[in-house]
Amino acid sequence: MAHVFLGTEHRRFTDGVAEVDVEAATVKELIAKLEVRFPGIGRELEGNAVAINGEVIAYATYERVPEGAEIYFVPAASGG
Amino acid sequence: MSRIQVTCTINGDETEFLCDPDQSLLDALRDELLLTGAKEGCGTGDCGACSIIFDGKLNCSCLIFAPEAEGRTITTVEGLAIGSELHPLQQCFLEGAALQCGVCTPGFLIAAKALLDENPDPTETEVRYGLAGNLCRCTGYDKIVSSVLEAASQLRESA
Amino acid sequence: MTITEDAAKAEKALKYIGTRPVRPDGVDKVTGKARFAADLRLPGMLAGFVLRSPHAHARIVSVDTSAATGMPGVKAVITAADFPELDPGDPNHRNSNNLMARDKVLYEGHVVAAVAASTGREAKAAAEAIAIEYEVLPHVLTVDEAMAEGAPVLHADLITQNVEPEATEASNVSKRTLLERGDLEAGFAEADVVIERDFYTKPVHQGYIEPHAVVADSSPDEKSVVWCSSQGHFRVRSQTAGMLGWEPSQIKVLPAEIGGGFGGKTTIYLEPLAVKLSHMANRPVKLVMGRDEVFRATGPTPGTHIRVKLGARKDGTLVAGKAWLAYENGAFPGPWGMLGSWTIFAPYKIPNFLIEGYDVCVNKPVNIAYRAPSAPMAAFATETILDEIAVELGIDPLDLRLQNAAEEGDLTVQGPPYPRIGCKETLEAIRNHPHYSAPLGPNQGRGVATGYWFNIGEASSATVHITENGDAIVNTGSPDIGGSRASMALFAAEELGIHPDRIQSGVADTESVGFTDTSEGSRTTYATGWAVVEACRGLVTELRGRAAKMWGVEADEVEWADGEARHTKGDHEPLPLAQIAAEAKQTGGPLSSSASLNAQGAGPAFCTQVCDLEVDPETGLVTILRFTTAQDAGRAIHPSYVEGQMQGGVAQGIGWALNEEYIHDSKGVMENASFLDYRMPVASDLPMIDTVIVEVPNPIHPYGVRGVGEVGIVPPIPAIANAIHQAVGCRLNELPMSPPRVLAAITNGNGNGSGNGSG
Repeated sequence: MAHVFLGTEHRRFTDGVAEVDVEAATVKELIAKLEVRFPGIGRELEGNAVAINGEVIAYATYERVPEGAEIYFVPAASGG
Repeated sequence: MSRIQVTCTINGDETEFLCDPDQSLLDALRDELLLTGAKEGCGTGDCGACSIIFDGKLNCSCLIFAPEAEGRTITTVEGLAIGSELHPLQQCFLEGAALQCGVCTPGFLIAAKALLDENPDPTETEVRYGLAGNLCRCTGYDKIVSSVLEAASQLRESA
Repeated sequence: MTITEDAAKAEKALKYIGTRPVRPDGVDKVTGKARFAADLRLPGMLAGFVLRSPHAHARIVSVDTSAATGMPGVKAVITAADFPELDPGDPNHRNSNNLMARDKVLYEGHVVAAVAASTGREAKAAAEAIAIEYEVLPHVLTVDEAMAEGAPVLHADLITQNVEPEATEASNVSKRTLLERGDLEAGFAEADVVIERDFYTKPVHQGYIEPHAVVADSSPDEKSVVWCSSQGHFRVRSQTAGMLGWEPSQIKVLPAEIGGGFGGKTTIYLEPLAVKLSHMANRPVKLVMGRDEVFRATGPTPGTHIRVKLGARKDGTLVAGKAWLAYENGAFPGPWGMLGSWTIFAPYKIPNFLIEGYDVCVNKPVNIAYRAPSAPMAAFATETILDEIAVELGIDPLDLRLQNAAEEGDLTVQGPPYPRIGCKETLEAIRNHPHYSAPLGPNQGRGVATGYWFNIGEASSATVHITENGDAIVNTGSPDIGGSRASMALFAAEELGIHPDRIQSGVADTESVGFTDTSEGSRTTYATGWAVVEACRGLVTELRGRAAKMWGVEADEVEWADGEARHTKGDHEPLPLAQIAAEAKQTGGPLSSSASLNAQGAGPAFCTQVCDLEVDPETGLVTILRFTTAQDAGRAIHPSYVEGQMQGGVAQGIGWALNEEYIHDSKGVMENASFLDYRMPVASDLPMIDTVIVEVPNPIHPYGVRGVGEVGIVPPIPAIANAIHQAVGCRLNELPMSPPRVLAAITNGNGNGSGNGSG
């Protein structure tokens, strides 16, 4: 079970729910399960970097989600 | 348009070239003579990337018509090193990390040479004003100014 | 001066990293040999000319190129009709419409056609003979105009994302960003001091000295070789192919030397035009921008309107922050308001906040990254208000920042906690610097500010080859925008144990090294350096195997140190790299290794600066007297070029603070598109810029590196604004803080009179 923190922008799909527990082995599966529960959120989450236990990972689709992990979705940044 | 033949001395060599009457000396150096060390950063005399020494004086080659070079003596960045021996300014720029992207560097070296030819022992302020016609966007000028001061010191010692 | 954490010092001594060798490309750059894109000439090469819109906003009624095509020397004429019309969902759709206007022109300078001819004179004459009929439309130039009720709309299909209720009608706002935590009202209720101010900034240009330039040589079979000045030639390949409807493999991009970018060369402008013209003419084509085209048509950084409200307790603890940010995006949507929103409170722990950011299209050139893009304007607001709070509470401004500074484990505004960061360390470095306690004279003031930038990782590739004599050749896919070849040589020297003089370090074309993302986001030394380290480690494994073979032992009995293989049991004399290289054919063939990676965990960068200045009360002229910048580099690989990045960022920040701005007339035409009228700092405007390299190692990187390229531009604007306040008692909330504006502030008494003024 992973503990997912949802940012303000994503809470419009969750009726304001900010934290949710999801059983998933990978980030891909986690997003799919969130989409089932909160239709429309999946597309918004795809393409984001994902912080898994504090480590921000870009292109995280196939990353493993450890048991008890804390998950944040973070938009990808660029720069000059 | 009929072209004009120009004879001048560039980096110590007598040089002939053909140019259009309204061609800039910068374009003639780059396009007719393939001396591409001088760069066009603005074409309006505001950035100094095209600096040359023209009859002993620092000038923007983008502001000079190529036919005006007739009979003149010109030094470009390609003329600073003697054979494979770098000019002390070039060596000091290298060792002092006075360049990042390097596109303004030829202009700064020429402006610095013109400054030191006239004033071999400049203060930091004199160096800053001597180089004030040249834009560098990378370095903040710090290492350029330091390198010119170091080169001035070396040149005085070897004089 | 370098301040290194004890933990880093305790690591194994480094032999080459941290030294200052002459850069590999240096001699070419001081002798005029270095070849920038505009320096290239190919046999049969044609000159191109680009025709641009004179209007800020207009419908293209008709385009007639018939007069141009028959003119002397003309070999090709192109318009939008020569490029495929991309689907709105295509990632290259906006870029394609920016590079060649279709249906509408959206800013003065927007390209409408291009010509290739035997000479530049002929190309220009032909371009000017193209007849274009425009229906001029009303335009908008600022975020306030563009967001107003009933404003002219640039894009009929632009619907604001992420608003409630969902937007249904087109507007100029592409996206709202919303970040919040805690209870804002309760937070402000706890505050003893609350300050709210509006801040305004104008677009400023990256100001690289080399205008954009490209040479393309296309073949009739739709293949093209492109030489250009860019921060990322792999992106040039993908964007160019995307606009042409070609595959990336049809285009080979060779990185010319790049004469400055600072974010402005992270996208393309001319390349697909040159490829298309060359393809139609079956001759090489060169396109070079003039300086006025660079100003009018390439990306400045956004103008902004930002409102910030901060609340603090008497003891200086920040309790609540509210920010409303609107960023110009130029003619097409971008991420700039979003990036500003992420940075605006980043250096501080603020338990209750609400950040609302807007991205807004206006009739100006499309904004593109400029060094820590979006962060300096946001910092102008927050750091100025922090200074005001410090003055009001009688707390030293550095102490106020230290008291609230973010540390490892504190949550970022986006959510996840910070890893190990050096925010406090940079604040302490400035507080402990002799500059901070030096005396000031009349009309002089001192200001401080702190800045933050994310830094990014992304994809990088490197190859290392060993020559027959045992020297090394390192190539990466990262254009060298500030001395990175020297850093790559130092990484390789350290890993292989050979002197940097024995390493050739270069930038390879798109067909000679693995895919590499653009040199942006302060990622090159971090991510590409990591790829070099990995490639070298692979090579060392190979070298140990070769030595083992030569000795007839197992590879695990061989260790690599100081450029030679050593037998751990001591049965054999060490084998230097040169000897292994000389026998390489006998032991398995050439020695080479490549690595490609996606670098994660780029450590955030922080920077604190102190500025002394003097204000002439009669003219409003601000003279910078002394400037010191302390920045966390994680670890400085080549300290001279780290200092160079720090100093360059400060100089750009000073120009932005005091002089630089885009000025438009009432028709939306830029009035100051030259270096005479757009005044960037020259040597006589600046003092020496003192640097303090702080080293708080980034735990994830093999050498502790953090990117250093960008964050230095973030603090100068507020540091200067705060110093002006101390000098003359005026708070400036609008850029640039040019003499007329400063003078007006002094004469209007726009301040609290607490400055150091003598009069």
